[in-house]
Amino acid sequence: MTPSVIVLIVLGLAVAGYFLGRQRALKTSMRDGLKLHSLPAYHGQTVALFVAVPALFLLGAWLFLQPVLIEGSISGKIPDSAVPDGGARSLVMVDVRRIADGLNLVIAQGNVSEDELTDMRADFTNVRARLASVGVALGSDVSPVVFEAAKEYRSIERTTSFIRNIAVLVTALGFALWSLRRIQPRLRARNISETFVTALLMGSSLVAILTTVGIVGSLLFESIEFFKMYPAADFFLSTTWNPQFRGGSDLGFLPLLWGTIYVSFVALALAVPVGLMIAIYLAEYAGSSLRSFAKPAIEVLAGIPTIVYGLFALITVGPFLRDWIAQPLGLGTSSSSVMTAGLVMGIMLIPFISSLSDDIINAVPQAMRDGSYGLGATKSETIKQVILPAALPGIVGAFLLAASRAIGETMIVVMGAGASARLDMNPFEAMTTITVKIVSQLTGDTEFASPETLVAFALGLTLFVFTLCLNILALYIVRKYREQYE
Amino acid sequence: MTEATADSPAATGSTKSGSLFKAGARTRKRHASERRFRLMGLSAVIFGILALVGLMTSILSNGLSSFQQTYVTMDVFLDPAKLDKGGNLDPADLEKITTFTIQPLIQTAMQKTLEELGIAAEGVNAKQAFDLISKEAPGELRRYILADPTRIGKTVSFDLLASGRIDGYYKGRVTMESAALDSNVSPEQLMLADKLKQAGILEARFNWSFFTAPDASDTRPEAAGLGVAILGSAYMMMIVLVLALPIGVAASIYLEEFAPQNRWTDLIEVNISNLAAVPSIVFGILGLAIFINFVGLPQSAPIVGGLVLTLMTLPTIIIATRSALKAVPPSINDAALGIGASKMQAIFHHILPLAAPGILTGTIIGLAQALGETAPLLLIGMVAFVREYPGAPPEGFFDPASALPVQVYNWTQRGDPAFVERASGAIIVLLIFLVIMNAVAILLRRRFERRW
Repeated sequence: MTPSVIVLIVLGLAVAGYFLGRQRALKTSMRDGLKLHSLPAYHGQTVALFVAVPALFLLGAWLFLQPVLIEGSISGKIPDSAVPDGGARSLVMVDVRRIADGLNLVIAQGNVSEDELTDMRADFTNVRARLASVGVALGSDVSPVVFEAAKEYRSIERTTSFIRNIAVLVTALGFALWSLRRIQPRLRARNISETFVTALLMGSSLVAILTTVGIVGSLLFESIEFFKMYPAADFFLSTTWNPQFRGGSDLGFLPLLWGTIYVSFVALALAVPVGLMIAIYLAEYAGSSLRSFAKPAIEVLAGIPTIVYGLFALITVGPFLRDWIAQPLGLGTSSSSVMTAGLVMGIMLIPFISSLSDDIINAVPQAMRDGSYGLGATKSETIKQVILPAALPGIVGAFLLAASRAIGETMIVVMGAGASARLDMNPFEAMTTITVKIVSQLTGDTEFASPETLVAFALGLTLFVFTLCLNILALYIVRKYREQYE
Repeated sequence: MTEATADSPAATGSTKSGSLFKAGARTRKRHASERRFRLMGLSAVIFGILALVGLMTSILSNGLSSFQQTYVTMDVFLDPAKLDKGGNLDPADLEKITTFTIQPLIQTAMQKTLEELGIAAEGVNAKQAFDLISKEAPGELRRYILADPTRIGKTVSFDLLASGRIDGYYKGRVTMESAALDSNVSPEQLMLADKLKQAGILEARFNWSFFTAPDASDTRPEAAGLGVAILGSAYMMMIVLVLALPIGVAASIYLEEFAPQNRWTDLIEVNISNLAAVPSIVFGILGLAIFINFVGLPQSAPIVGGLVLTLMTLPTIIIATRSALKAVPPSINDAALGIGASKMQAIFHHILPLAAPGILTGTIIGLAQALGETAPLLLIGMVAFVREYPGAPPEGFFDPASALPVQVYNWTQRGDPAFVERASGAIIVLLIFLVIMNAVAILLRRRFERRW
């Protein structure tokens, strides 16, 4: 039975439980001649909740943990001799898992019976060809040790899946019986079900915490693995980034940091003045007709996915800058450059800055404007000398939020900035950023346990820390500012 | 006091600068600076709008042509001597038909058509004339034959996909000059294509297969379609909707209505606002480390993409739901509690239904964001080349699939310029979906929005 069938059965039981609980509540009330404390529907609801929630929770947790536990027990049984030199145990486990999946397919197609499989030996049967016939391609011939491990993996998986199904169904049925039997007129079913639902609501709000824990945990864990293989000082202080497939790479983080900062700087240099001016113009000058047209148009820019901006950089802005500016001035011949990515990212950030600034400018009390006009100041003088200074903390907050988005932006730089890590001042040269390298190191073909792949987690961690600090700082400033006028 | 003011140096100074009706030098300067400032503001607005227009024009001008595709319609004789040597339509034998068996059939058909129409193919031999047809066409013909083997022995009129270069010639991507330098196509072949077009057997049609066909290999841009990507994106949206909506609404109700004011609640709130600003690529790393490496879910599967996008969408939905709940006036809650409803009843029977339009709007906007998200999907292996359609859900959630934005990225990484057209076309499809979703959100808001 697959997990989806189990889920359907449990849900079916819950629905049945609802109606049975409702009926039983009515029946007991008639029999005992007592008025029910709660409406019959609440009795049904309590039963349904007790049937569905614990059983589904158990199933979810089991599905989450089962592969990890099985893998741990099998992996311990593979002798060190079976692990190839320079390879990792985890890679052998990948093979074991693939072979086990393949064997399941072979059985499912009915070519081999269970008994034949138990007798099958990798030294006598050509397992690789057998598996290839069901579409599981293996890189090399199967060694007997790995094959035995795969068979054991399969049998443990089958047993645990069976136990899992039984356990889930027993839980569901057990809770069904227990909650049906305790139904009596005086049972406070409404209170019970409401407490249950409150607990569920609280559990849902924990998902946010779990996500953060998951992010920090996985980043830290893999980064520690990385720093065990590669000295942290070299990572943070070296100025060469030169990953090699065969090890011996230079993984200096500074060129990536430079590229990130440079691209973000260009983007903010475009987005902040333009975004701010748009917000000021629309808030203070524009007539209602221009406002009603321009505001949504700028907001559309905010809803466009970044891949669209990336394509825009790749096919339009990049070639344009190369042919009309970089080449005539002799500054470079590459269509992907810091300028390309920066300008396009700037366009992406314009609506972000302008809508944040708009809120902030509107939050400045009208009395301050009136006071300034009363002294005879022109509109622009009022804006420059009264509104902007009053709104400054908020604008700094918006700037920091935009900077954090610029640093974390991926698709525009992947498609617009290039992939060569260098420390250079020329904005028409291709440079690379932290996010580009995370993508290229994790989508490449290098094996997972190598420093070349794990460096992506260290990069991810630095990125996470940077953006987190910027966000917290920005939120702090914005909050503090808001308190001033409210 | 008033007299003192009248005699003050400032007052006398202002009368010196001349008439009240004539602006002084300083006033003119100040007004000029006012105009300059105003102009700067206007040009910023114009720049923003121009950027939007430029972006759209660039995508549309590159991508609209992908909705048209060039086909060559020819009568192909399905020769039983070659296709069905046993002569008994045995399925086992038919399975052995390969594209190599079919190629000569098309080649013969091409020659015959040219002879019948009296087209002299100067400088083009039979092989080169056959190269006008896409390499994908024999495969399509093979599927057509296998779908109904009784067609063998008949002459069928079949729409054969033209090769990418020929297609590009009619879209302005390939010219006579560029063809002279191109090893894949010659000017003579283009001239032959022109003659076929005059004879009416080569024509451009609406490209339905762009929406239904799977991706194609690097050398066959003309056959590449979005079928698998659209299906994969749809699966992921289903997962996001089913998981993120209930969890997000439940979390918002707890935080808005039940949570006590303490450090724990503060921690959750700070967490949510920070998660909303975490770079999307970090969620991809999370998906790779937890869902793929730790739990062992398959790579490139919609389930992993769906889970990652769910975690990304949750903060958006929670923030939208909380403001929708806040917008319901407290008097409704008070009235419900006053006539004896429990807190839970007040929320689920009264507040939640009133907040539903706001929640739905927020959810749709969150889904639209998730639909366009690319970076995290790259890390969980959705960039893989997938030609098989995923199965029906729920098992299909575990099959490899692609996603619309990732397909765009994938195509931009390929050499043939025809893929740029495909990528822009895919963007148009993506934007159409987004426009529809946002329009629904706006309509919902307009239709059900209440002001108290």
